[in-house]
Amino acid sequence: MNVLAYLIPISLILGGLGLVGFLYTLKSRQYDDPDGDSRRILSDTWDDAPKP
Amino acid sequence: MTAATTNTPVACPGCLATPVEGAPVALPDARVVLSLPTIHCQACIAKVEKALNAHPGIKNARVNLTLKRALVEAEPGVNAPELVTLLEGEGFEAHELDPGALNETATRMASRDILMRLAVAGFASMNVMLLSVAVWSGATDSTRDLFHWISAAIAIPAIAFSAQPFFRNAWAALRAGRLNMDVPITLAILLALVTSLWETWLSGHHAYFDAALTLTFFLLAGRWLDARARSAARSAAEELTALEVPRAWRIEAEGPSEVSVAELRVDDLVLVRPGGRAPVDGVVTEGHSEVDRAMLTGETLPEVRGVGDVISAGEVNLTGPLTLRATAVGQDTSLQRMAELVAVAESGRSRYTSLADRAAKLYAPGVHILSALAFLGWLIWSGDMRISLNIAAAVLIITCPCALGLAVPAVTTAASGRLFGKGLLIKNATALERLAEVDTVVFDKTGTLTTGKPRLSNWADLNARQQEVAYALAQGSSHPLSRAIVAVAQSAGLPVQPLKGLVEKPGFGTEAEANGQIQRLGRPDWVGVAVEQDGICAALDVGDGAPVFLTFEDDARMGATDAISGLKDAGIRVVLLSGDRVTAVREFAAELQVSEWHAAMLPHQKAQFVKALREEGHHVLMVGDGLNDTAALATAHVSISPAQALDAARAASDMVLLGQDLSPVAEAVLVARQATKRIKENFRIATLYNVIAVPLAVAGMATPLIAALAMSTSSITVSLNALRVRGRG
Repeated sequence: MNVLAYLIPISLILGGLGLVGFLYTLKSRQYDDPDGDSRRILSDTWDDAPKP
Repeated sequence: MTAATTNTPVACPGCLATPVEGAPVALPDARVVLSLPTIHCQACIAKVEKALNAHPGIKNARVNLTLKRALVEAEPGVNAPELVTLLEGEGFEAHELDPGALNETATRMASRDILMRLAVAGFASMNVMLLSVAVWSGATDSTRDLFHWISAAIAIPAIAFSAQPFFRNAWAALRAGRLNMDVPITLAILLALVTSLWETWLSGHHAYFDAALTLTFFLLAGRWLDARARSAARSAAEELTALEVPRAWRIEAEGPSEVSVAELRVDDLVLVRPGGRAPVDGVVTEGHSEVDRAMLTGETLPEVRGVGDVISAGEVNLTGPLTLRATAVGQDTSLQRMAELVAVAESGRSRYTSLADRAAKLYAPGVHILSALAFLGWLIWSGDMRISLNIAAAVLIITCPCALGLAVPAVTTAASGRLFGKGLLIKNATALERLAEVDTVVFDKTGTLTTGKPRLSNWADLNARQQEVAYALAQGSSHPLSRAIVAVAQSAGLPVQPLKGLVEKPGFGTEAEANGQIQRLGRPDWVGVAVEQDGICAALDVGDGAPVFLTFEDDARMGATDAISGLKDAGIRVVLLSGDRVTAVREFAAELQVSEWHAAMLPHQKAQFVKALREEGHHVLMVGDGLNDTAALATAHVSISPAQALDAARAASDMVLLGQDLSPVAEAVLVARQATKRIKENFRIATLYNVIAVPLAVAGMATPLIAALAMSTSSITVSLNALRVRGRG
C-alpha cells in the first residue's frame, strides 16, 4: 500500500492543475463571449500572425 | 472598464465650447457601446471590427457576438452617431447604447464568483468522493484513517471558501431573527465537518466529508443556474433602457447643440424635432405642431399645440419643430411624478412570499427539531455523546435541502429559457410563480393590444386621382397618418408623382399647387370640412373643392386575437381598460371578442380598478405599455409590458415582451402553471426521499454511503424533472 504515498499526491496535483487552469480561464474573461469565440476561429483574419 | 460615466459630458466648461455649431457633443472620454442586433456570423464580426478599427480616432473595437454588441475605445472627439452611420453604410443595423445604463460588470461578477466557488467545490468533492469510495469498499485501520485525514485536509479549506455564500446568508437571516433555507444548510455543513473531524480523530468508521462537499456542490449549482438566468434577463432589460440615450437639443447663443437631458435647467430653450419626445415639461415659445400623447393618456388622436400651450415630458412631437421653454426638468417633470406612483404601489407587491420561502418556513424548523430530538433521544438512551452527535449530523445531512435547493432554480431556468426563446423576458425571480396564479388579465388598448400605428381604412373608396394626389401629398410629411397613406399606396404599387411647390404646414397638413388649383391633405377643419364622424381621420382636397375624408384604424397587434382566445381557453377572465374614447374602444373590443371593457379611464382609475379586483381576491395580470398604465402595472399581482413601452412602464413590470407578437402572453401563463406544477412535484420528490431516508438516519443505520446515494439520486431526479418544462417547445 506504500504506493499510495505517491499516487494520492500525484492525483491531487493533477486535479489541482485542472482547477487552476479553469480558474485562470475564468479570471481572464474567456467565458464572456462563447458564441463569438467559437465563430472567430473560422475567420482567417489572424491566421498568419497573432493579434498585436 | 473603469468609467461608466462616459456619457455625462461637461465636467469642464471648455468641453462645451469646442464642438462645431449644430454638431453632436463629443464624449470627453470616449467608450462607446453599440448594439448590433443583426450580426450573426464570423464574417460579420470581421467586417464590423475592420470597419471600426479603420476609422480614425478609434483605439480598439471588439465585437461580442453573444451580447450582439461592439465595445469601442476611442480618442475624445469620436462620437457614437458617426459610428452608427459608418456601420449602417456597411449594412449593419446599429444603435447607440448608454454605457451608464449597462452595469453588466456587477451582475457578471456575481455569476463568476459563484462559478469559481462551484469549480472549487466540484474539484474537492470529486477527490474526496474517490477517497470515500475506497473507504466504503473496505479500507480499514490506518489506511482508512489516512484517507479520512486527507479528506479533511481537502474538505475544510474547500468548504471554507466555497460555502461562504450560504454562511453569509444564514448569518444575515439569523441576525434579523429569521430562518431561511441557508440556516439548515449551514448547520448541516458545519455539523458534518465537526463530527467527521471528531470521528477521524478517534479513528472512527464514518466520516461525512464527502457529503458536506457534495451538498455544497449541488446547492452552488442551483445558485449558479439562478444567477445566470437572472443576469441574462437583467442584461437584456438593461439593454432596452440603454437604447434610449437621453439627449436633447438646447438652443444656445450660437445655435442648437445636443446635450444630455440631465444638464437641462428650468428656463432653457429646448428644440423638439418632429418625431422626438419632449425631454422636459415646458411651454411652447415657437412653432406649431401636433403631439401624440398616447404614452401618457392612451388617447390615439393627436392634439394640436401652438405658442403658449403646455407640453409634458414624454409627449411625442409629430409634425413641425417646436421650441419649448422648460418649466420643470428631471425629477420635477410630470413623467417623474407619475413614476413615483409606481414606487408606492410596488411596496404592496413585495409582500409576496415565494414557494421556496414557504417551503423553507415549513422545512427549516422541522429539520432542526427532528435532528435535535434524534440527538436527545440517543443521548438519553445510550448516554454516548459521540454516537448522538453522529446521528444528529446524519439526520441533518440526509434531510438537507439539496434537492429543495435545486427544485426551484432548475425549473425557473428551464421555464425562463423556454419563454425567452418565445420572446418573453422574465425580470423578476418570483414572476413565474405569480403568473401561474393569475385568474384575470387586464389589457391596455393603445400600444399594447394595438400596434399604435394607424392604418388607412377607406383607401378602396377613393378614385384613382384622389389616390394619386393623396400619395403625392403624403410623401411630403413624416406625420404618422401620412406615413400610413404612403404605406398603403406603396403596397398598391402606385407610381410616384412629384408635386410642385409641396409645403408642409406644421400642425395642419401638406399642400401643393397643380394646374392653378390648391391641393390639400390634412386636418379636416383646415381643408375646409366639418368633422362628421368619430375616429381618427384626415381630409383630402384634390383641388376640385369637394373634400373627402380619409379614415384610419389602429390595427390589432399581431397575435392579439390568439393571446385573448388562448387566455379564455385557459379559463381566465379578460378585461380591456383604455384611456381612449368610448366608440373606439367599443369597436375594438367587439373585434377581439372581449365582452368586458372600460373606456376613458384615467391612470389612477386604472390602478384603482386593478386594486379593486385584487381586494375581491383575484390575481390580476396587467399588460400595458404607457405611462398611464404604470401605476396599474405596479399594483397588479404580476405585469407584462412590450419592449416598445416607456421606460417607466418597463421598469414597473415583471416581464417584458421583446417581439411584436402578443401571443406569448397566453403561452406564458400555461408555461408558468406547468413550471409551478413541476416545482411542487420536485418538493414532493424531495420529501419522498426524506421520508425513506430519515427513519434510517434516526435509527442510526445511515452510513455515509447511504447519505451520498440519497442526496445524489434526489438531486438528479429533481433536475431531470425540471428539464421536462423545457420540452415541447
